[in-house]
Amino acid sequence: MSDKVGMVIISHSVKIANGVTDLIGQVITDVPIEVAAGTDDEEIGTSVEKIMNAIKKVDHGNGVVLFYDLGSSKMNAEMAIEFLGKSDVKIADHVPLVEGSYIAAVEANMGKSLDEVITALEKLQLPGM
Amino acid sequence: MTILTVAQTKQWMEEINKRMKEHKEQLTELDQAIGDGDHGINMARGFSEVINKIADTEYDTVADVLKSAAMTLTAKVGGASGPLYGTAFLKMSMALQNKDVNQQNFQAAMEAALEGIKMRGKAEFGEKTMYDVWYQVTAFLKSEKVEDWQEMMEVCQATLEDTREMVATKGRASYLNERSIGHIDPGSMSSFYIFEALVAVLEVEE
Repeated sequence: MSDKVGMVIISHSVKIANGVTDLIGQVITDVPIEVAAGTDDEEIGTSVEKIMNAIKKVDHGNGVVLFYDLGSSKMNAEMAIEFLGKSDVKIADHVPLVEGSYIAAVEANMGKSLDEVITALEKLQLPGM
Repeated sequence: MTILTVAQTKQWMEEINKRMKEHKEQLTELDQAIGDGDHGINMARGFSEVINKIADTEYDTVADVLKSAAMTLTAKVGGASGPLYGTAFLKMSMALQNKDVNQQNFQAAMEAALEGIKMRGKAEFGEKTMYDVWYQVTAFLKSEKVEDWQEMMEVCQATLEDTREMVATKGRASYLNERSIGHIDPGSMSSFYIFEALVAVLEVEE
């Protein structure tokens, strides 16, 4: 069990998601991180079911932050949260995947709360597409 | 008067599936021009999964069929069309809960679907997306008592043509800016087929 905020890396591509967790894993090892990437058939795309399962795995009661790469992965992230009916799962909205998840992992590792992690990400926000 | 029964709703899904298969290449070509080129494959796969799911299942209500379709589309379509069409059919299903599908209830369900697409896609009218087609169909349903469902197809056709001249500001096509002009929006095209399939099964209210 962990007393830290959990993270889910959502990407259209399994390689991207695994690459991001590899990068984080170099410095941070005790933050719960899961990958939700590719469709159910392992093609390029995202899957609501994979996202829901990943959230459940990293949720130790301290909240979860979801990172996504492109537009439709955000929609699937929103649907996963709605299906689970959870209020302590937040999307890192318009935050670049690599930089955002890296910073969040460092913050979560320091024992920051969900709200503090989200606040730390605000300065990274991309202009809306 | 009932304009859509459980059997007709299943038939609607079959008619959609048929069209998505038939026009898979065309949807893919449209999407290759301004998107990531997977729309035809995604829609064909999604609706073939819908048919697998509903074909041998007994349903009590139209709402139940639509809910099944919504869950399947959300789960099985990889791109943005999964959550968008999934949300549209889910909202329709919720609006038709315990209701007979007459024209008035169907119109209300379309409004709910439209709101769902807007919420999920953060879309507005005139942004070269499927929302444009759903918006105009809903407006058409509101306008008067429908005598001939073919009129709805004329609305769809005109909206489709309108998307050609627009600049995309949503989705993958928005990265192209002005270069998206001159191409029909693939999501509007697949929505066209969804309504064409609907018109093939809908009754006219007397």
